Amino acid sequence: MKRLTLFLPLVLALAVGLFLAAGIGKDPTELESALIGKPVPEFSLENLREPDQTLDQSLFHGQVSLLNVWAEWCPACWDEHEDLMWLANEKGVRIIGLNYKDQRENAFRFLGRLGDPYQTIIFDPRGSLGFDLGVYGAPETFVIDAEGIVRYRHVGVVNERVWEEILLPVINRAEGNS
Amino acid sequence: MYPELGQLALIIALLLAVLLSVVPLAGALTGRDSLQAFARPLSTGMFVFTALSFAVLTHAFMVDDFSVAYVANNSNSMLPWYYKFSAVWGGHEGSLLLWILMLAGWTLAVAVFSRKLPSVMVSQVLSVLGMICVGFFLFIVITSNPFERILPNIPADGRDLNPLLQDIGLILHPPMLYMGYVGFSVAFAFAIAALINGKLDAAWARWSRPWTTVAWSFLTIGIALGSWWAYYELGWGGWWFWDPVENASLLPWLSGTALMHSLAVTEKRGVFKSWTVLLAIVTFSLSLLGAFLVRSGVLTSVHSFAADPERGSFLLALLGITVVASLVLYAFRAPVVHVRARYDSLSREIFLLLNNVLLVAATLLVAIGTLYPLVLDYLNMGKLSIGEPFFNATFSPLAVAAGLLLGAGIFSRWKKTDGGWLARKLLWPLAVSVVATTAVMLIYGSFAPWAFAGVFAAVWITVATAWDLWDKSSSRRGRLHGLKRQSRSYYGMVSGHLGLAMVIAGATVVSNYGIERDVRMVPGDSVMVGDYQVVFKSIGDRRGANFTAEYGSFDVFLDGKHVSELHPEKRHYPVGMSVMTEADIDGGLFRDVFIAIGERITDDAWAIRLQYKPLVRWLWLGSLVMAIGGFLAISDKRYRIRAHSEAKVASAGNEEDVVGGKPAEAGT
Repeated sequence: MKRLTLFLPLVLALAVGLFLAAGIGKDPTELESALIGKPVPEFSLENLREPDQTLDQSLFHGQVSLLNVWAEWCPACWDEHEDLMWLANEKGVRIIGLNYKDQRENAFRFLGRLGDPYQTIIFDPRGSLGFDLGVYGAPETFVIDAEGIVRYRHVGVVNERVWEEILLPVINRAEGNS
Repeated sequence: MYPELGQLALIIALLLAVLLSVVPLAGALTGRDSLQAFARPLSTGMFVFTALSFAVLTHAFMVDDFSVAYVANNSNSMLPWYYKFSAVWGGHEGSLLLWILMLAGWTLAVAVFSRKLPSVMVSQVLSVLGMICVGFFLFIVITSNPFERILPNIPADGRDLNPLLQDIGLILHPPMLYMGYVGFSVAFAFAIAALINGKLDAAWARWSRPWTTVAWSFLTIGIALGSWWAYYELGWGGWWFWDPVENASLLPWLSGTALMHSLAVTEKRGVFKSWTVLLAIVTFSLSLLGAFLVRSGVLTSVHSFAADPERGSFLLALLGITVVASLVLYAFRAPVVHVRARYDSLSREIFLLLNNVLLVAATLLVAIGTLYPLVLDYLNMGKLSIGEPFFNATFSPLAVAAGLLLGAGIFSRWKKTDGGWLARKLLWPLAVSVVATTAVMLIYGSFAPWAFAGVFAAVWITVATAWDLWDKSSSRRGRLHGLKRQSRSYYGMVSGHLGLAMVIAGATVVSNYGIERDVRMVPGDSVMVGDYQVVFKSIGDRRGANFTAEYGSFDVFLDGKHVSELHPEKRHYPVGMSVMTEADIDGGLFRDVFIAIGERITDDAWAIRLQYKPLVRWLWLGSLVMAIGGFLAISDKRYRIRAHSEAKVASAGNEEDVVGGKPAEAGT
């Protein structure tokens, strides 16, 4: 009986190992969205840079864009930012920012420090648009086509690989259709 | 040509590791001295070839060999030489090579410093270390070759090292941390060797102790450096973020601390053996878990290297084999014979047991907070992360409880402590601590229950430690003689505990009494931060080696007197197109004044972050004092005169022999 209790650590370790193994198999950042194929939810929110200006879903009409959900408090956003700068400057991608549950001055500090890749930034301090989009946490990135239809949702950081293997094909398809 | 040599050296080292993991062990199991004799030469050879490989990679960085993919991705011809050097471990492949170099270094150290140990034991320990080496050599050779070439299109220049990492903190932080992680492999190897030959005795604990203590000291410094670096380099003035990777380094630290204490009990009293050996296995496994979490991309974090499923699977397999094999061995070989209780329900043994319970509880807590999101995801219950509130609410009470226990435990005796005697002993230190804590509350001008609890724990540890030192150093031949008579390992303990008290004090005070203000300022403006007046004088441009910067000038006044002039900067690095905030800090033993420049709001108005951070340096100073304690303890003369103890060690199968040894508190 005493000997059996010594197996306890082994059993525990195996249980933890199971979860870790499952974590590798799937991409931790993959999540489907109920919104795919549907238009961006209606919203009416301030422009981060110009508080007097109100933005709505017509922002997405006319051109394929990436909608990037970010915040100053989100460490992974710091990680991702360099790649967003690269996408905006080198690849000419139109990136709309959704500043999620953040404070204006924090957001400015973040952009001041790391640069600003966004064509426009929607200021969403209470997370209302984020809620409608089903955002779990920052960063998340949506591909939205020229009609304002959500085509893809990516959870987690965008980097060169994600761009080339996932986002670019989706964007090409979105551009081909419209 | 050279890079290929580096790779070849790695492969040779791998082969030597394979031999090391087999030959001496076979010699030990069959009792052939001729085979055991291979242990030391093989360890030396493995280290030499690993060092050669590391030197080749370093050379490639120094001469800007951008035909090597890893160099091109992490360095740049414009970097000063010392950043080229530290860029060697700035990415996944190179940092893995550094890790392996240290593993080979620890193996060599065991081979060199264990001449007095029985040959069978040394052979087994070195073979176990050889097995760990084989795993990591295979990992680097198969999945992460740092010498891979980009041919034929060699880039003209490299991609530059992340500016966040161009810093003295980065030069030192990973090597210290790895020394700690990897160092626990020695305690692990001793534990496995003891399980194999069934000799889990006081001698085993005695040999394991110094190795565990050194590894723990390096890990302590490594964690503190990381925290310090985040504080001044990330530009937001925080010192601990409960980030998964930080937690990954805290896990082996917590269980390693428990291991140090339970090894002490096992050595001195011959009890808790199964528990101690389990802790040694767990501590090393947690080090491996940390490596897995950082390099597999399972969790997202500022620190993590690019995710790669192949590497993740490989590391998990490595972790799995290590953990399963050692725990199976543990389950079959750990002693179950229940020693008749040789200690009372109130004794030093019990205090150290409670210390272990608290530390293990803290380890579990941090592990749960770190892994919980993974588990939820697996169960398809959504993704979420557990932030600071969870850790602060659960970790702080444990830390305070451990502190209170520590103070009382210092006075306890082995075997049996009289309750009434202990209560009388504690009365005065308790009274002094309450008064001192109240005084601290008055200085900072406000009372909060958690602030009181934290400061009290710190003061209590300090007072109890000092009291005990005073008691022990009383001598008929004068106080100085009494102080000199105490052993280095006793002073090591004193230093370790005082360091812990400093860390608790620093963490409590800066969290409760720190002030943080984000304000809009125009040159000429003045703002109060606590008692300090900060005046924004001017802002201008400045050119650096590989960046341009906006350069601010601030004056800091206290009670109308000029204290310092600070120059925070915002740097723009053109090569990587990145912007960095360089905060400027007026540091002091009792407080820091911290200024960082944020966004330009209008033409002349800027967002400025001002912070007043009382006792923040105590966090890192305290960690340093703790680590010094570790180094003091292993410099104790009982580790230097192993030759004499050899005879005793040979008969140490009978624990009572060693237990009879003179305990440290014989001075009272």
